[in-house]
Parts: sequence; C-alpha cells; structure tokens
Amino acid sequence: MIETPKVDWLALSPTLALLGASGVALLAAVLVPSWMRRWFTATVAFIGFVVAAIFAGVVFAETPVAESLLSESMVRDRLAALAQIILAVTGAVVVLVAATERRRHAGEYYALLTAACAGMVFFVGAENLMTLFLGLEWFSLCLYILVAIDTERETSLEAGLKYVIVGGFGSAILLFGSAFVYGATAELGFQQIAAAEAGDDAFLVAGLAMILAGLAFKVSAAPFHMWTPDVYQGAPSSVTAFMSAATKTAALVLTFRILVTAFPDEIEVWTIAVAVLACASLVWGNLAALAQRDVKRLLAYSSISHAGFMLIAIAAGTERGAEALLYYLVPYSAMSVGAFAVVAARERELGKPLTLESLAGFGWERPFYGVALWVFMLGFAGFPLTGGMFGKLFVFSAAYDAGDWWLVLVGVAATAVSLAYYLNVVRWLYMRTAVEASLVAVGGSPPRNPLLATAIGAAVIVTVGSFFVVQPILDMASDAAASLPF
Amino acid sequence: MLTTLLIVLPIAGALVVAALPLPRAWTAGLALLVALAEVAVWAIAAARFDFDGAGLQFSANQEWVDSLGISYSVGFYSFSLWLVGASVIVSAAAIGYAVWVGRDRPRAYYALMLFLTGAVVATFAAQDLLLFYVAFEAMLIPLYVLIGVWGGSRRGAATLTFVVYTMAGSLLMLASVVAFGVTQGTFSLIESERSDQTWIFLGFAVAFAIKAPLFPLHGWLPLSYREAPVEVTAVLSGVVSKTAIYGFLRIGLERFPEPADDLAGLVLVLAAAGVVYGSVLAFRAPDLRGIVAYSSLAQMGLIVLGLFALNGGGIAGAVLQSVNHALISCAMFLLVGMVERRCGTGELAALGGMARGRPVLATVVLTAGMIALAVPGSTTFAGEFLIMTGVYGQGWGYTAVVALGIVLAAMYTLRLISAILHQRPGSAVREDALDLRPGELSLVLPLVAALLVLSAYPALVSDRAIDSREYTAFFQPEISP
Repeated sequence: MIETPKVDWLALSPTLALLGASGVALLAAVLVPSWMRRWFTATVAFIGFVVAAIFAGVVFAETPVAESLLSESMVRDRLAALAQIILAVTGAVVVLVAATERRRHAGEYYALLTAACAGMVFFVGAENLMTLFLGLEWFSLCLYILVAIDTERETSLEAGLKYVIVGGFGSAILLFGSAFVYGATAELGFQQIAAAEAGDDAFLVAGLAMILAGLAFKVSAAPFHMWTPDVYQGAPSSVTAFMSAATKTAALVLTFRILVTAFPDEIEVWTIAVAVLACASLVWGNLAALAQRDVKRLLAYSSISHAGFMLIAIAAGTERGAEALLYYLVPYSAMSVGAFAVVAARERELGKPLTLESLAGFGWERPFYGVALWVFMLGFAGFPLTGGMFGKLFVFSAAYDAGDWWLVLVGVAATAVSLAYYLNVVRWLYMRTAVEASLVAVGGSPPRNPLLATAIGAAVIVTVGSFFVVQPILDMASDAAASLPF
Repeated sequence: MLTTLLIVLPIAGALVVAALPLPRAWTAGLALLVALAEVAVWAIAAARFDFDGAGLQFSANQEWVDSLGISYSVGFYSFSLWLVGASVIVSAAAIGYAVWVGRDRPRAYYALMLFLTGAVVATFAAQDLLLFYVAFEAMLIPLYVLIGVWGGSRRGAATLTFVVYTMAGSLLMLASVVAFGVTQGTFSLIESERSDQTWIFLGFAVAFAIKAPLFPLHGWLPLSYREAPVEVTAVLSGVVSKTAIYGFLRIGLERFPEPADDLAGLVLVLAAAGVVYGSVLAFRAPDLRGIVAYSSLAQMGLIVLGLFALNGGGIAGAVLQSVNHALISCAMFLLVGMVERRCGTGELAALGGMARGRPVLATVVLTAGMIALAVPGSTTFAGEFLIMTGVYGQGWGYTAVVALGIVLAAMYTLRLISAILHQRPGSAVREDALDLRPGELSLVLPLVAALLVLSAYPALVSDRAIDSREYTAFFQPEISP
C-alpha cells in the first residue's frame, strides 16, 4: 500500500476554485457559441472569484494557529487567508470592470485573469523558496499575456514585451538569490533557513538582497520600477487595475513573510534595505508623477509611491508594521481598482488614451464617476473620510513606534508633494470645462454601464467605509499579523 | 447627543442636497433651511448649557479604533460653545448670501457649504486628537473646490497657494499627532497626559499659525480672500480661522503648558508684528477685500496675543474677540460683496459717494464699521481691552501694540467707510445703483444685531468663556446631559 500524503483541501480551496473557473472559462472560449461567450465566461470568472473569497474567509475563520502543508512547502495561516480575501475580491471587482469591454479573446481573458489570481493566492501561502518561485512565475506568465491581450493595439503588445523582458530579469535575480540562500543554508523552507542560523554568511546576505530585489520588481518599488509606467499605460485598463492592486498585495505580503520568517537574524540588514527602497520609491514615484500628463502613467507613478508607503510598514519590521501594511492594502486596493475603472469609463467615452486634458469637465458631466475619482484621489493623498488616511496614520505610527522617526518625516514630505498631482486631477475634473480642452465624445450620449458603475460604487464604499469601520479591519489585520513569528 | 446632532445635521443636509435632483430654488431653500435649523439646534444647546459648571458638557464618546486609543469623542467647553455659535450664524448668513446671488451649480455648491459647516463644528467639538485632525483636514476639501470652481479669475493660483500652505501645516500636525498619540497610547485629549515635548508642540503651533494666519505665515491669505466667492471668504476669515484659535487653546496651551510657556515670547512677538503689519497693509490696500483681509490678519494677531497672555483674562478676551471677529468680518465681507455687485469692482479708486440716496447702505456700513474699529462701548472694544489688560503681564510693550492696533484699525476702517460712502461718486458707481434690498438687509442685520447685543453685554461671552485664572485647571472632563 502506497502511503498517500494527507492533503488539506480547505487550505487549497481558494486556489482550486480559481483554477476551476479558469478551466471552465478556457473550455467555454472554444465550446460556447460566440454570442454568449463574453457573458458566460465573465459570469464564470465572477463566480470563481466570489467562491474563492468565501473559501479564503472560511480558512481565515478556521485557522487560529498557522500550520504547514504539503511537506512544509505551503502554510495555512490567517496572513495568507486575509491576503487571499483581498486578492479574490479585487478580482471580482475587476471582472465587473472588464465585463463590458469588447475584445476578441474574451474567454481567454477571463481564463487568464482567474489563473493569475490563482497564482497569487498560491503565492501568498508559499513557505519555501520553490513554491515561492513557482507562484511568482505562475501569476507573472498569466499577467504577461493579459497585458498584451488586445493584440490589435500596438501599445498593448509593446507593454507586454517590456513586461516579459523586465519581469523575466526580476525572476532570474530572485532565482539566483534563492540559489545563494540554498547554498548558504542547504535549506529551502523559510523556517528551516531561519533555523540553519547561517549567521553572517556573505552568500546568505547576498541571496537575501537578490530575493528582495526580485520581489521589489513585482512590488514595483524604485529602483526596480522601470517597467511600471509603460506597462500600466499600455495594458488594457482592467488589467492595469488588477495588477496595481493584486500584484502589489501578493508581493508585499510575501515580502514581509519571507523577511520575517526566513531572515529573522538579519533584521538589522533588511530593515535598512527596505527603508532605502521605501525612500527611493517615495521620492522617485512622487517626483515623476508630477510631470505626467497621461492619467494611467500618473496613476502608475502614484502606485510606485504607495509601494513606498507600504514598504515603510515592512521596514518597521514589527507586528504593528504588519498590521499597518494589511490595513493599508484594503483601501489601497479599492482606490486603485476604482481609479483605473473610472479611467476605463472615460477612455470608452472618448475612444482614446486618457490625458489630464481629457478629464476636463468630466466631474460635472458624469457626477457619479467624478465624485468617485475625487474620492479616490483624496484617498491616495491620505485625506480624512477615506481609509487612505488611516493607512498612512498606521504606517507612520508603526514606523515611529519602531524608532524610525525619519521615515515618518520622509513619508510626510512625500504626502505633501503627492498632493500637487492628486489635486491636479481634481482640478481638471471640476475646474476646467470640456470646451476649454476642446474634447469631443466618440458619439452620442455615453452608454449606460451598470456593471462598471457597480464596480466603482463598491470601490467607493470600501474606500470610505474603511475610514469609519476601522476596528474590524484592524482586528483581522492583527490576527493575520499574529501568524508571523515576530 | 446635541453635539453629535450639530455635527451630523449639516453633513446629512449636504448629502441630501447633493443627492436630490431638485429645482434650483428648492435646493437653495433646503440648504438655507438646514443652516437655520443648525442655528436653532445651537440655540437649544446654549439654553441648556450649564455655564456655572465648568468642564466638558454635552459630551459623547464612541470607540473608533480601540487598539490605538482613537475614539469619536466630542463635547463642548463654554468657549467652544460660543465659537460654534458664531460659526453656525456666519454659515447661515453666508449660505443666505449665496441664495440671494444665486450661485451656479447649486447642488454641489450648497452641499459643500453645508459640509464645511459640519467640519467646522466637528473641529470645535473634537476631544480626540485624531478626530480633531480629521475635522481640521476635512474643512480643506470643500474649501478647495469652493474657491477653485466658484472663485474669481485668479482662482487657480489662489487654490494652489492655499492648499500648499495649509497642507504643509496639516502634515506637520499629522507628524505631531502620530508622535503624541503613539507615545501616550491614546489620542484622547481628556485621558492623555500633558506633554512637555517642544517639537510636538511646534508641529501643532505651525499648523495653527498657518490656518489663523499668523505673521509671517499668511502668504496664502491675500489671494484666497480676494479670489474666493465673497461669502466663502466670510466663512474662511470669520470661522475657519477660529479653528486655529481653538487649536491653540485646547491643544497648544492646555496639552503643552510648558512648551507653550517657553515659546510664548516668540509667538507674542510674531502676533504683535502681525498686528502692526496687517494694519499697515490694510491701510495701504487698494481694494475693499484687501482692507478687510489684512485687517483679519491684524485681528488674528490680537486674538493670539490674548491667548498667549497665558491667563484667564487674556484668554477670555481672546474668546470674546474671536466671536466678535467672526461676526464682524462676515458682516464686512458680505457688505463688500454687496457693494461689488453694484459697482462691478472693489477698487477704492473707482468707488465713493454711495451714501447719497442710499441711507440703508450708509447706516449699515457705518454701524458695522464703527464696531469693527472698536469704538469704545462696542463689544470689540471690550474684547481688545481684555486682551490689553491680559497681555500686560507678559510685558507692557504688547499692551502698547494692542493699543496701536486699535488706533490703526480706526484708520483703515474709516478709510474703508469713506471710500465707499463719501467723497465724489466714483467712476464705477452708477446713479441708479440700488440701496440695500430687504433680502440683503435680512442677511446683515442679524449679524449687526448680535454684535449690538454683545456690545451692550460683552460679559455674556467673556464671563462665560473660561472661568479660571489657572486656565489649565479649566479642562476637567465632566459628564452632564
């Protein structure tokens, strides 16, 4: 009798739900008649995301103590479960944004979207350098194709190519670093690496630096952010929305996990390295955003600066930092998806890429989208009445608590600079008229789009709701943070 | 409950006004109704307020973020009650003026004005540092749009300087809030310990000095006050600036007694410089709004002098003068707006001679002007006299500056009155320019009437502002219905 490994199906259920949805969507791309293909696959993907979110919620509720799975290659804990909830909900909202987009490869689009999210959901539970790399490549490959999926658009193809090359480079660095770490410790599991106590082995530190760099590519932290503006600009807006929220969530959560679990003895080294990354992202992201005219590029640089804020939480290296990061991800994901959804709405109206000029008068023409984009911009800038404010507050509190008061000052200065471009968007929305910018809509009155409006409404509710309902989110975040060995 | 109602009522009103697709007149009427209801609620609160029992009243407390010690904690001290009263009256008058002139895009406009009112009241009521920060910042959101959309031709530059200045202050304050709250483990202004950290105090002080504004951080003032719609300027100078006074008093002086004492000299010198500098600029200003705007700078300097006298008398004077200035600057700005509407300009050179054939305008401008220049017997004189005597303890020179301020106020205010009413009719004054209409009169008259009542009995506010020579002992939490 061959002994079969015990499989914790519940822990894998979010991944499996998404993979199942992906498979059904892929089959439907061939088998379902073309007139209902788009709606059918979108529905399947939406159901997949919702089911995955529910399963992740169940895992969160049922897992008070972390446990290792599959010969310690995966971990089932609340940190992974919370990240999975955020990822799956993000995916569900993105489906609503994408549902009314017309494209040739609708079936493949949803198959890849769910597969990418499955990869991320797998990735945040990685407990071993091999599963880490497997998850990373899994979602990256899906994203490479998604970015280039609108094959009739040259910019989409260009963005896809850039992403493949730079992303491949990042993965290679990560793999190289993993090899160094394995060489230094002869271990692959995070906990085993920590237990090996390789001390100040130069290979271990070099490996740590390279792993951090590889993950920084995915986080799009400066100076590893070069691909971000081009890819965010060229990719279909719904894909950009997904990447800006979900890729960051997955990569940041895993960065915190590997640093704390595998390299507790090197905390002096990586807190400084992460702090440097954070400062570089804040400085570069904010300054470059000031010069942007294209709204998607502007949001791309803004996402780089937000990576900087969230890296401050990691640089704190404390449980409080983990709480701050996990809280920050909730409003940030909502604002990001929402902002790109509004961009998508305006793009469809005008039928061209969106510059700041093309937002002129939008706030008065479409009051709901206008107010929504206004809320998102205020949220990004950390104004009250949005969760963005508490995100910044918690990050700063964590940094101050950990003694990094200088990071608080850098963050405050970065916030001050960021106001210039966030409020500039508001200025174009409300304080300029369409006549001034001589804008012409593609034709007739814009189509009603209840699904897109629902997605944006949900993003607004989360953005504003996370300001008023802080404690429940924070409780979940601190439960999740407790599963890391601080 | 009353406190929460005062905060929530205008904000709920704002949401309703924004959401309901009513005709223009209905929207305007609804907004005015909400603003008047707010005044009524405040009147009920004032009637039920126990001025003999010191400490916090009408307090409400609701956990918000337990793990960091952040709560929704509100309540009124007697001085906050007066500041709120002035605010709701000024807001109602400003909204009334907007109804009278018929602002474009009414739903957005009135929603933002009501939201601003709610944020201001929340700032005055906040007993939690983070809630205070939230309300203080939230004021900026409607102001940015109100100036940027409905403002004058240079509104772009005005919003930019306004936001850059205010946010620089607010973010320093945020750093201070984080430092204070994390060190103490609670953000409550009642439960936290008093702090002796000079750096944290400075973060707050700079934010308030910008908001007030205090010399030399007033760079945003002239442009914003000139470019904003006139009733928004009335709210900005009358009410929003007072949140800084509240901040100085409730947070600066009370939570940081030692740093406040150490740095009082610096603040007093800046405030005194502001009194003289603002008065001189007001005297030199070429337009109506310039005069009133710079006079606000001088008046805020006076009020801060009273606060940093660091004794009960000076603080009582500062509170009285805050209420006075809220009412008088609102009245003056609204009158300026009415003159500008008749003449199409506020340039002094193009005005003059409006008294002839316009008795109501002449009477109202003269009455308001006399109160503004602190004629003896007026409530402003009472306030400035209290500040004068209060600040004597810090050095006779400051008293002399306050006295000089009163003299200079007479000079620039008389210049304003005479430029509108007297001399030859200016080029912009048309023969058929109307006298004040009943609608306009009904906006200004309540403000002037309130000032006359206070003139008859200034102790109504000053004796009920802060009832202790030892001002830090005043802030006892006391729960009463």
